[in-house]
Amino acid sequence: MIGKLVNFFGDKKYTTIRWRLLIVILIIIIIADFMVDRPYIHNFWDAIPGWGALFGFFACALIIFVSKFIGKKGGLMKKEDFYD
Amino acid sequence: MIEWFSFSMMPALLLILGGLVLPLFKGISQKAYSLLIPILVLFCMTQIEAGTFGEIDFAGVSLAIFKVDKLSMVFGWVFAIMALVGNIYSLHISDTGQRVAAFLYMGSAFLVVFAGDWFTLLAGWEIMAFASAYLVFASRKEPAVKAGFRYLMVHIAGGVMLLGGIVLHGLDTGSYLFGAIDGAQEGGIAYTLILIAFMLNAAVPPLNAWLTDAYPEATVTGAVFLSAFTTKTAVYVLIRTYPGAEVLIGFGVFMALYGVVFAVLENDCRRLLGYHIVSQVGYMVAGVGIGTEMALNGASSHAFAHILYKGLLFMGAGAVIHMTGKRKLTELGGIYRTMPWTVALYMIGAFAISAFPLFSGFVSKSMVVAAAAGDHHATVALLLMLASSGTFLHTGLKLPYYMFFGKDSGLRPKEPPINMLLAMGIAAFFCIAIGIFPGPLYNILPYAVDFEPYTGVHVTESLGILMFTLLAFVLLLKYLDPENTVTIDTDWFYRRGATVFMWLANKPVALWEKTIVTLADGLGLNTLHRLSKHSQTIDTHVVDGAVNGVAKSAMKGGRLLRRLQTGIVSHYILAMAIGLFLVIAVYVLVEGVL
Repeated sequence: MIGKLVNFFGDKKYTTIRWRLLIVILIIIIIADFMVDRPYIHNFWDAIPGWGALFGFFACALIIFVSKFIGKKGGLMKKEDFYD
Repeated sequence: MIEWFSFSMMPALLLILGGLVLPLFKGISQKAYSLLIPILVLFCMTQIEAGTFGEIDFAGVSLAIFKVDKLSMVFGWVFAIMALVGNIYSLHISDTGQRVAAFLYMGSAFLVVFAGDWFTLLAGWEIMAFASAYLVFASRKEPAVKAGFRYLMVHIAGGVMLLGGIVLHGLDTGSYLFGAIDGAQEGGIAYTLILIAFMLNAAVPPLNAWLTDAYPEATVTGAVFLSAFTTKTAVYVLIRTYPGAEVLIGFGVFMALYGVVFAVLENDCRRLLGYHIVSQVGYMVAGVGIGTEMALNGASSHAFAHILYKGLLFMGAGAVIHMTGKRKLTELGGIYRTMPWTVALYMIGAFAISAFPLFSGFVSKSMVVAAAAGDHHATVALLLMLASSGTFLHTGLKLPYYMFFGKDSGLRPKEPPINMLLAMGIAAFFCIAIGIFPGPLYNILPYAVDFEPYTGVHVTESLGILMFTLLAFVLLLKYLDPENTVTIDTDWFYRRGATVFMWLANKPVALWEKTIVTLADGLGLNTLHRLSKHSQTIDTHVVDGAVNGVAKSAMKGGRLLRRLQTGIVSHYILAMAIGLFLVIAVYVLVEGVL
């Protein structure tokens, strides 16, 4: 069973199903975020439905591009024999 | 009556003495022994009661060797669980040295968390440094030996700072009992030295590079132990001594993001995980800095959860290295076909570190973030949420994608030995059990817990962040491909910086030395020669002359006196009579005058 489950995430033939599944899950999360109670508002974002989704997407993009920028332009990434 | 036994001393004693006795056992009996001791430690944990043990008065200084309260018990419990899990994971190895080192390492970690005074703590701290370094050396390859040496040097420097801090702190306060350092001493030398030593072991940047330098070079089984104890004992002592030290908030947040940025650039699977230790410990350090009861509970519970899921992740990556001999993401991929159990168990650890609902990170990490939000640290909360997205991006997506899925490397390794899978299974069980039933963990935390992780909005917001991180990952995948590079971290200063140091030593310092030597040889030495000639003349003519003169006079006086000694008794009697007469005459004259 574990083998089949892992295979579902690895095998190329399930790519379309995986995409559809992901989109359904994303939609459910957003709808749920609009429906839940918001009893405590500590900060401004606590009041915005869909904030988590928006934040997650842009946070991920920001981390990738800023890190690669620092690594490449900032000279942090060196050839493997740098210390030899 | 002097108390001579307490269960609080048993975990450290069992592991340290047990480790020293371990080489007497061979083969299967050694393996059985390596499981028996951690089981006994777990039993002792159930018997330990809060209190102080081993109070002695040494040369006028009050010491207490062991002290146990709720905070030390949280760390004690997870250390005991991890001791058993780690030993199950390393059951297949037959390297006695590694086993002994791991036992001493775990025992000394117990010594630190149950220390009642600063000296017990220091002893544990130092044994930990040496025993853990062996786990790096034990892989015996050249890069490992070099990295192990750097690791040891850094930790010895930290230990010296700690010793200096302890002595100064003791002189300032008159007490060597281990406890919170008064915030009023902030900026003082003792306060700063101890803080730096603790931050070094917690891998707070810029003092983080020893971790990501050495852990990936350690043995497969050694890295599992390493990931659990050093940084977490540092978190424990920070909670104990510096609660509410605001400087730690900034360091903690910086750390959480620092690890995330470097993990993007990393190609070595265990170095990437190492950067996520830095990132996760950042949450705990920030929690200590916030210092409210909720934040300290959060730091403690996150350390508890972290040891188990990080152990699981290191075990998963270690299993891949053990079976394939490869550690670079660029050389791995496509092995999910033959290692599905390893993939599944690794992913449980990945969900836990990413704080998915129903996994352990969700109930612990969120406590720190909520404490920050509740204590008016909005920016801190926001930046920690940003780091959460990065955590899932790397440990939950990038690493498993390139290690297990992705481009097919053609490797078809089998599943690792059953003991490795079993150890991973136990850790995975805890990751899920804590996530679903956080009650037992919350009950052992140092303060009463007033926090409910499973509110509707918390679940949907967390899922939103995580699943949209996944969406961005899939869309931006091509930008994340690992590259065959090494990343410069602060270890540059002592790896490349050392060549600058050597140049300084060989060129300007050597030149300076030569000049001084020439000057000394020429000007200095000649002057000295002349001076000594003069003093020789004075010695011969003045000092010797005077001595000789005195001797000659004594000899002349002696010859004169010899003439008076005739040897005839009547001459001597006459001399005595004249002498007596003279004495009486003087007496009468003097008496007459008075």
